[in-house]
Amino acid sequence: MATEQKPCLLIEFVVSLEGHNLQELRRSASLATKVFVQRDYSDGTICQFQTKFPPELDSRIERQLFEETVKTLNNFYAEAEKIGGSSYLEGCLACATAYFIFLCMETHYEKVLKKISRYIQEQNEKIFAPRGLLLTDPVERGMRVIEISIYEDRCSSGSASSGSSSSSGSSSGGGGGAGGR
Amino acid sequence: MTPGGGGPMKDCEYSQISTHSSSPMESPHKKKKIAARRKWEVFPGRNKFFCNGRIMMARQTGVFYLTLVLILVTSGLFFAFDCPYLAVKITPAIPVVGGILFFFVMGTLLRTSFSDPGVLPRATPDEAADLERQIGNAEDIANGTSSGGYRPPPRTREVIINGQTVKLKYCFTCKIFRPPRASHCSLCDNCVERFDHHCPWVGNCVGKRNYRFFYMFILSLSFLTVFIFAFVITHVILRSQQTGFLNALKDSPASVLEAVVCFFSVWSIVGLSGFHTYLISSNQTTNEDIKGSWSNKRGKENYNPYSYGNIITNCCAALCGPISPSLIDRRGFIQPDTPQPAAPTNGITMYGATQSQSNMCDQDQCIQSTKFVLQAAATPLLQSEPSLTSEELPLPGKTTLGTPCATLSLGQPTPPSSMPNLTSETVLTDMIPLKEEHDGHQFLTPEEAPSPPGMLSTGSPITHSHTLHVLSLASQDSLHEDSVRGLVKLSSV
Repeated sequence: MATEQKPCLLIEFVVSLEGHNLQELRRSASLATKVFVQRDYSDGTICQFQTKFPPELDSRIERQLFEETVKTLNNFYAEAEKIGGSSYLEGCLACATAYFIFLCMETHYEKVLKKISRYIQEQNEKIFAPRGLLLTDPVERGMRVIEISIYEDRCSSGSASSGSSSSSGSSSGGGGGAGGR
Repeated sequence: MTPGGGGPMKDCEYSQISTHSSSPMESPHKKKKIAARRKWEVFPGRNKFFCNGRIMMARQTGVFYLTLVLILVTSGLFFAFDCPYLAVKITPAIPVVGGILFFFVMGTLLRTSFSDPGVLPRATPDEAADLERQIGNAEDIANGTSSGGYRPPPRTREVIINGQTVKLKYCFTCKIFRPPRASHCSLCDNCVERFDHHCPWVGNCVGKRNYRFFYMFILSLSFLTVFIFAFVITHVILRSQQTGFLNALKDSPASVLEAVVCFFSVWSIVGLSGFHTYLISSNQTTNEDIKGSWSNKRGKENYNPYSYGNIITNCCAALCGPISPSLIDRRGFIQPDTPQPAAPTNGITMYGATQSQSNMCDQDQCIQSTKFVLQAAATPLLQSEPSLTSEELPLPGKTTLGTPCATLSLGQPTPPSSMPNLTSETVLTDMIPLKEEHDGHQFLTPEEAPSPPGMLSTGSPITHSHTLHVLSLASQDSLHEDSVRGLVKLSSV
């Protein structure tokens, strides 16, 4: 009886935790290793990450998916750092107000960074977390690296079974508990 | 352990957990106290923070206060003593224009001094370990078996930017490979992006994020100085036409003081503005110019890979380009630590759990999980930020900071054309990493920039002995880990 309440409790808790994002879980979960995608300085000091596929991810994610993610990130950063009409306008306006305007206005760069963090969260939820990976927003690492946390995967049967087995595991756990009594 | 039900947990079970982390009773207080700390309070560099992290300056700010006093006093005297006469005699536009210039100068000065110059946060321990491993591998491949006494190769990476080979150096303090144009400021003990120089007059480094403010400051200050100087002279002349020269001086003694201050300032400030205009138009930093990184003297093939080719674009890029936000997040709260490497002790998997796992085990772990997760949610983990203790000898440059400023006379007109002489003497070789490191640490006051090489602190030896102590929590309760593993399992449903 009481054991059947366990999964409910857990699920309730999970539901309440789903308000928090995956980063909460990342902190408490155990991870196997971290891979770092370094910056690519071949085009100068603009923010770009290497699209070279890290060998540790070979078994975890498709090369193309990963490269696409990194390329999209690079495009976002290029957009943030683009020197063009709008950035000149922003710069001149800021200069004309002795830069006091930054006290109330958000810069274009900051807006794009928000877009990037939303994108990374979306990618984590859709693509990386189901494969046992987690991307860290480069801005949290000083724009030096894209940190990819690889969580331990005891069973190589893949993540597809995780959904069904976890729910069945909890329910069978309840059943097993009742049976054990 | 029998399932205790969803009711109240037994205290004794909690106390078992508490021996590994901290007791649940006091941990809310402790953790609350620690969680309330902001990142600037544990910032590893040598900076001072004010207004709860909003304002960031270098450690030594004495000269900055001097700058403030000079500007405020001179402008104040001008507005108080000269402007009334001039407003009446010539036009009231004079105090208005003067006022606008003054506010612009103060605004840009405060922005330069208080903002983050582009400090690069230090590497996390995982990153540092990863880099060390990579460097170690590279060294092993390069050396084979290193013979005794052979110095390991300098930790550099080469990258080709725009056809030019640029060496990225490894910073021993920050444990990162510095991006191109970044340099480590020895006074602030930070790596700064696009490091220009450390300016004691503004009490901060000048780097990527505040270079335009700095440039606007010195430009507007030169206009202000010239403006005040011109109108003070005008004032004295006009008065002396009426009452004679000596009487004019007696009538407005403040004008004498202003004229003296402005006279000495004009040469250095205007010279400095000119120098930085040159730097901006060629898209170089003071650091690069001093070292002669892109000078033709280094080789016919040497050119600046960052330059956009024409002056207008270079100026626009430096002054009107996008401002990247601060990377150090001074006002953010310190987060609980990142997950520790897993210590596998039981059969619970996180992803891909199969039916072959014992159900009893699962159930037990689920129960434990609930308890632990509830506790974890209520009491976030203690943060285990690594404390990097890098032992450095006190920098001689630091102690002698006061003296160059004190002995420096404000009138030092040296046109930028003297720079090439400087650069040939400070040409660096990449042979010794420490020397490289050290040369990256040189700082310049704006007045020192055009001055002879003797003023630069290239003679002071700086050795770094770094000890990295990574404080990590006592290894977490493996069941605790599993608790949330179970949670993650469920969340992925």
